[in-house]
Amino acid sequence: MSAAILGWSITVAQILLALAMACAALRFIRGPRAQDRIIGLDTFYVNAMLILLTLGIRSGATLYFEAALVIGLLGFVGTVALAKFLMRGEVVE
Amino acid sequence: MSPAPDLPLWAALLVSFLLVAGALVTLIGSIGLWRLPDFYARLHAPSLGATLGTGSILVASMICFSVLQSRPLVHEVLIAVFITITTPVTLMLLARASLYRDRVEGNPDAPENDPEPTDP
Repeated sequence: MSAAILGWSITVAQILLALAMACAALRFIRGPRAQDRIIGLDTFYVNAMLILLTLGIRSGATLYFEAALVIGLLGFVGTVALAKFLMRGEVVE
Repeated sequence: MSPAPDLPLWAALLVSFLLVAGALVTLIGSIGLWRLPDFYARLHAPSLGATLGTGSILVASMICFSVLQSRPLVHEVLIAVFITITTPVTLMLLARASLYRDRVEGNPDAPENDPEPTDP
């Protein structure tokens, strides 16, 4: 009974998060300018991290947690590098 | 449908509520990113997903694993702290970069000057 409740709500949460990823991807594709694409990418990786966490709850393994942590770390570095590139025209000065 | 862990009923209800609420808040933030009219307005929307959405899904994961392994398991706090620190930094950098670009191009939508600093 409780496993069924949890399974269905995980499925609903994954569908909602997939729709959120679709919105972010739409903003990433449509632009119109470079900073819009970067904020779309930023939202995209945060949503992907949340989907990995729900997968981890479903499987009961802590492996997905580490993958989510790595996505969070590398996504931050990527967004900062892109924003710095917009500001200065180069990443490492 | 693949199987879900067998939690006690109260934990299953709590985890389900937190998961669906977090996913819904994240979806609202992403819809805002898609629908809002200009860049400075769009910059506000995704922080919904980065604060309340991430927070409630992380708390759900914490409760689930703590009940499953019957000991307190709080390593999700790492992600929470990291996201809380990094989100304002990235949004601030992006806003400054976009403001700089708009001013260089003479875009009339961007404010000409920064606001005057107020006395503390």
